[in-house]
Amino acid sequence: MNAKTRAGLALLGFFGLIAVVGPWIAPYDPSAMGPDLLQPPSGAHWFGTTMTGQDVFSQVLVGTRGVLVVGLVAGVLATVLSIVIGVSAGFLGGAADELLSALSNIFLVVPALPLIIIVASFLPDSGDLLIAVVISLTAWAWGARVLRAQTLSLRNRDYVLAARATGERTWRLIVFEVLPNLTAVIASGFVGTVIFAVLLEITLSFIGVASISNWNWGTVLFWAQSNQALSQGAWWWFVPAGLCIAFLGTALALVNFGIDEYANPRLRSAGRGKVGFTPVERS
Amino acid sequence: MRFLLRRTVFYLVTAWAAITVNFLLPRLLPGDPVQAMITRFQGRLSGDAVQSLYVLFGLDQNTSVLEQYLSYWGNLLTGDLGLSFTFFPTPVSEVLGQSMPWTLGLMGVTTVISFGLGTVIGVYAGWRRGTWVDALVPVTTFFSAIPYFWLGLIAIAVFAVNWQVFPAAGGYPAGMEPGFSGEFAGAVLYHAVLPAVTIVVSSVAGWILGMRNMMVTVSAEDYVLVAHAKGLSQRRVMISYAARNAILPSVSGFALSLGFVVGGTLLVEMVFSYPGIGYVLFQGVNAKDYPLMQGVFLVVTLAVLVANLLADVGYLLLDPRTRREAW
Amino acid sequence: MNEVVLEARGLTKHYRRGARAVEDVSLVLRRGRVTALVGESGSGKSTVAKLLARLVPATSGEILLRGEKPGRFREYCRSVQMIFQDPFASLNPVHRIRYTLTRPLKIHRRSETPEQLLEAVQLPADFLDRYPHELSGGQRQRVAIARALAAQPSVLLADEPVSMLDVSIRLGVLNLLRDLKERLHLAVLYITHDIASARYFADETFVMYGGQVVEGGDSETVTQHPAHPYTQLLIASAPDPDRPATSTPTPLGEPPSLGSPPDGCRFSPRCPQATPRCWTDAPPRCSLGDGHWAACWLYEEVVA
Ligand SMILES: Nc1ncnc2c1ncn2[C@@H]1O[C@H](COP(=O)(O)OP(=O)(O)OP(=O)(O)O)[C@@H](O)[C@H]1O
Ligand SMILES: [Mg+2]
Repeated sequence: MNAKTRAGLALLGFFGLIAVVGPWIAPYDPSAMGPDLLQPPSGAHWFGTTMTGQDVFSQVLVGTRGVLVVGLVAGVLATVLSIVIGVSAGFLGGAADELLSALSNIFLVVPALPLIIIVASFLPDSGDLLIAVVISLTAWAWGARVLRAQTLSLRNRDYVLAARATGERTWRLIVFEVLPNLTAVIASGFVGTVIFAVLLEITLSFIGVASISNWNWGTVLFWAQSNQALSQGAWWWFVPAGLCIAFLGTALALVNFGIDEYANPRLRSAGRGKVGFTPVERS
Repeated sequence: MRFLLRRTVFYLVTAWAAITVNFLLPRLLPGDPVQAMITRFQGRLSGDAVQSLYVLFGLDQNTSVLEQYLSYWGNLLTGDLGLSFTFFPTPVSEVLGQSMPWTLGLMGVTTVISFGLGTVIGVYAGWRRGTWVDALVPVTTFFSAIPYFWLGLIAIAVFAVNWQVFPAAGGYPAGMEPGFSGEFAGAVLYHAVLPAVTIVVSSVAGWILGMRNMMVTVSAEDYVLVAHAKGLSQRRVMISYAARNAILPSVSGFALSLGFVVGGTLLVEMVFSYPGIGYVLFQGVNAKDYPLMQGVFLVVTLAVLVANLLADVGYLLLDPRTRREAW
Repeated sequence: MNEVVLEARGLTKHYRRGARAVEDVSLVLRRGRVTALVGESGSGKSTVAKLLARLVPATSGEILLRGEKPGRFREYCRSVQMIFQDPFASLNPVHRIRYTLTRPLKIHRRSETPEQLLEAVQLPADFLDRYPHELSGGQRQRVAIARALAAQPSVLLADEPVSMLDVSIRLGVLNLLRDLKERLHLAVLYITHDIASARYFADETFVMYGGQVVEGGDSETVTQHPAHPYTQLLIASAPDPDRPATSTPTPLGEPPSLGSPPDGCRFSPRCPQATPRCWTDAPPRCSLGDGHWAACWLYEEVVA
């Protein structure tokens, strides 16, 4: 494991910890209004206060859980979908493959954001879990595509044929012979989906499509935007939440590089100061 | 040509699916959007408008779903997407017609810039892997993890509120009449700088990373080694051998990520109150203006499909081997 | 004659992309006997093995197991097992040897232990907890043989079991196969591109060219008195210490295109003795006595 991956894991662990303990260590109730209106960061309010005197630091702390929960739930659902659809398509081939591939390609080209926006606004209540489900429905297609291609290259390997020749059932071939060889691809697809889901969820909250009564980083930005925090110069209202998003995204992406490099050794940058690609000594 | 035919059929099926989903959504999901809207507009809706809403959402009890579906298609084909409530009583198609050029312009320019820039930097970073250039990877990762809209907020805070060098909102000055004058064009460019830079900065990172990885993978191929062995110059090998082969997947990735780029552009428009489709969508969301939101979804989806078809043609021109594989 | 265990009649396989890999192949495998299938690379040998193992569906033709049409695949594979050409590809890298050997025992409800299987192929029991990448090629091929034996089959299809192995260990693996055949009375299909090893190892030999069987018979007869021009070329081009190197052997030339095979005899474009008729009409099987036959117009008179 290289330094990049370790840094990513450490950051991820930090956010995970905040997600668990955030609501307990938050100094204020994030929704409670206070007497200090629109104050810049101070000892009492580390990230300053909002228009109505709410504590931004507490909002960010409490909001972490919602972000991670939606990201994880959507990531797990989408990954399961992508495995079921992608691996079946690749392994079964024929008409099943044609149909499933067409389905994932449709989901790939249709722009996700406008679709989710209209689905979410037609839903009568848009709580965290419902949003996670809707996000996962648009996020599985990329993973399915990658997994299908990988499965296609695996399904005629001799060891799969050999297992079939010993009398293994098709589902066992898929689950015990093909799937274990796809672990790295699945893991990297999962992390990628979580990034996608987190960004989408925050975006939906920011636009005001997702329920704004649950705190997450997107809701913080939603209130900042709708109260003209920008034109009042209240940078502290929107900078911390945005930085958190960027850091969480970076952490996940770094972990993903680790997985990719593990799966594709060519990406490992070997040796210092090598120029070009041949191990030629140059003066 | 078989490849293009296949793709075209696929895009037609996709368009059909998107249109049908658009038709089904208000009918499948619970709740009575029309009632909600009537309450919101507190009697400002005419009887006609209410009736057209019921028809649009299929809550008109007198017709079968099939009849509704057929008349929905009939309306679509004549360009009738219903009436917008935010801009009542302007038809949705007219609202979209006015905002579409802004989005197309902004997106077209930024996409070309960021693809070109990202490819060049990515080729270089991939070639120089293992040197200090690798430090670019975490930095670009960080930038690609920043949501478009937040970068837009920061840009406004710094360059429009703090330093006041660029306008914070709009596509042209409030008082100016749109027209084909040099003055107007200059104003449009001036207003487009911040949104465009925002989009380029957040989208370029993806291209850099993708291109770098492709370069690294391609460069271990035998033909690159052979080119080295022939004693060709580093530059020549990098550009004519490695980059040329690495760029193909990048182009097909381009088509696939288009939906993503569109989403980002819509968001940036929302933040900058830029007069494009994204801002229209934003207003539609806030007002629960269902006809407008659905219209935006349809128009954006169809535009992406057309762009994909164009990218396929481009790919075919770039790669003389006909692609057998049905991506 | 020993009892016939597996019989193929007119097996044909055309792959979807148009490769006519196997054309009208008929052969029988007998209990306690080794049948060799010899041919150059790409002649369709592996495809025949996979057809016999029912791993790929045949385009036409039929397979009879003990004289009957086989039923469900599970039952069939209990009797017919296969060893793959490449031991580096035929063991799943994510599973320990123990898993690979335990699965067939479970599937076919055998009471043996994986330790006993390893012992049968002369490997120590502590290999069970290793991964395939921790084994040498010869050891892997022994594991693959053990896996095939787990079902207690009556037919073993060995697809070039030693071609990927170092020359020094080939004999060991071949002798192991022969011992197992003797002990378990297996019917063995031994696929190889090395006709010399067929003489050493097999009782009966079939020669394949371009997806068709062109000559068959007793191994000794086929290798010492080859009838088909292709077999003659094959033997002439193989190094043989018994035969003084008289002249440089005729080059074999290019293998045939399976996509659009020539009309008539598939070997005609490369055959030194081709006549105009060979180009247009496919030759029949001509019997040469003692079960020896060749599909070649040269022997038409012999039949008549
Ligand atoms: N899955 C497949 N799809 C299409 N064509 C195939 C497939 N498998 C094999 N072929 C073709 O069928 C022909 C026979 O292949 P086969 O593997 O049976 O040859 P072989 O005699 O075993 O060769 P070798 O000695 O190299 O193992 C070849 O031309 C090959 O390209
Ligand atoms: Mg073979």
